[in-house]
Amino acid sequence: MTKDDFWQGVRGGFPVMLSASPFGALFGALAVDNGFSVYDAMLMSATVYAGASQMVGIELFGNNIQPWLIVLSIFAVNFRHILYSASIARHIRHFSGLQKFFGFFLLVDPQYAETEKRAERGEPISFAWYLGFAMIIYLPWQMMTLLGAIFGQMIGDPRAIGLDVLLPIYFMGLVLGFRRRDNWLPVVAVSSVVSVAAMHVVGSPWHVSIGAIAGILLAACLPLPAGARPSVNVEQEA
Amino acid sequence: MDSAQHMQLIYVILAAALATFFTRIGGYVMITRLKRIPPRMEVALSAVPAAVLSTLVAPAFLSGGWDGALAMLVALVVGLRFSSLWMLFAGWLVVMAVRHTVM
Repeated sequence: MTKDDFWQGVRGGFPVMLSASPFGALFGALAVDNGFSVYDAMLMSATVYAGASQMVGIELFGNNIQPWLIVLSIFAVNFRHILYSASIARHIRHFSGLQKFFGFFLLVDPQYAETEKRAERGEPISFAWYLGFAMIIYLPWQMMTLLGAIFGQMIGDPRAIGLDVLLPIYFMGLVLGFRRRDNWLPVVAVSSVVSVAAMHVVGSPWHVSIGAIAGILLAACLPLPAGARPSVNVEQEA
Repeated sequence: MDSAQHMQLIYVILAAALATFFTRIGGYVMITRLKRIPPRMEVALSAVPAAVLSTLVAPAFLSGGWDGALAMLVALVVGLRFSSLWMLFAGWLVVMAVRHTVM
């Protein structure tokens, strides 16, 4: 049962691993290009484990930005995870303390999206499934970072082999996956417009948090859907 | 890069890891202090994924050049019927075709 859950998670995470791998390699290559050693790149992938923010981090480091600003930028890019961990609390309240620790450490975008989708289908979120899904992404991410760092020069120009369009298309696929939720279209429209405006007015990476909060506030202010679920207990032991 | 600079880089990476972990556990810590989730918060939480991910897509659509935008449009149409791997493949195909023929 537990073993089945684990392998079901591994199978579910496999396509994510395939689509994330080029970015792991790209990160490794760009990190070395920005003055990181191979070990530095691997340390970052192993401990931060958040692709977009890792890219921002090496970019800023390469430009000799002050350390506190690099850390703050990475925090800002990853700020959306606060929303994920708040949203996911409903589904993982049965995890033990240690399981929650690892669960939150491994909470990347697709991990969050899949967990929400699985909960929506009424399937149980077991730790075995969660870990299986996470490991098939986490371990190859480390390996691709290493390979990318070693063979960095061979990737050359990522645009020439079309790597640059893969990340936004991947995120777009995740957005589409939620299109049956209440208020989906207004939320997507508002978050898109506000994030673009914020990018011009406030600048990157804050446009991510500002655009997201606009869409979420809109959802909170719109009339409640007719079949709204009654409020639920979140955390018995807390 | 001298060794002092290198130590500083290690500290930056570890601080970034800690900051990232805070973002991943922070929402949980905040929400578990509440006994119940009010309905408005429930709908707000349901909106989180689409809201956040849209902010990663929209700016890329506008700033990625017309070839990237075209690839994303084609991928969007494909995504209405097929899985995200097909979206990635279709978008990649479009951008490669455009860059190696038209541009």
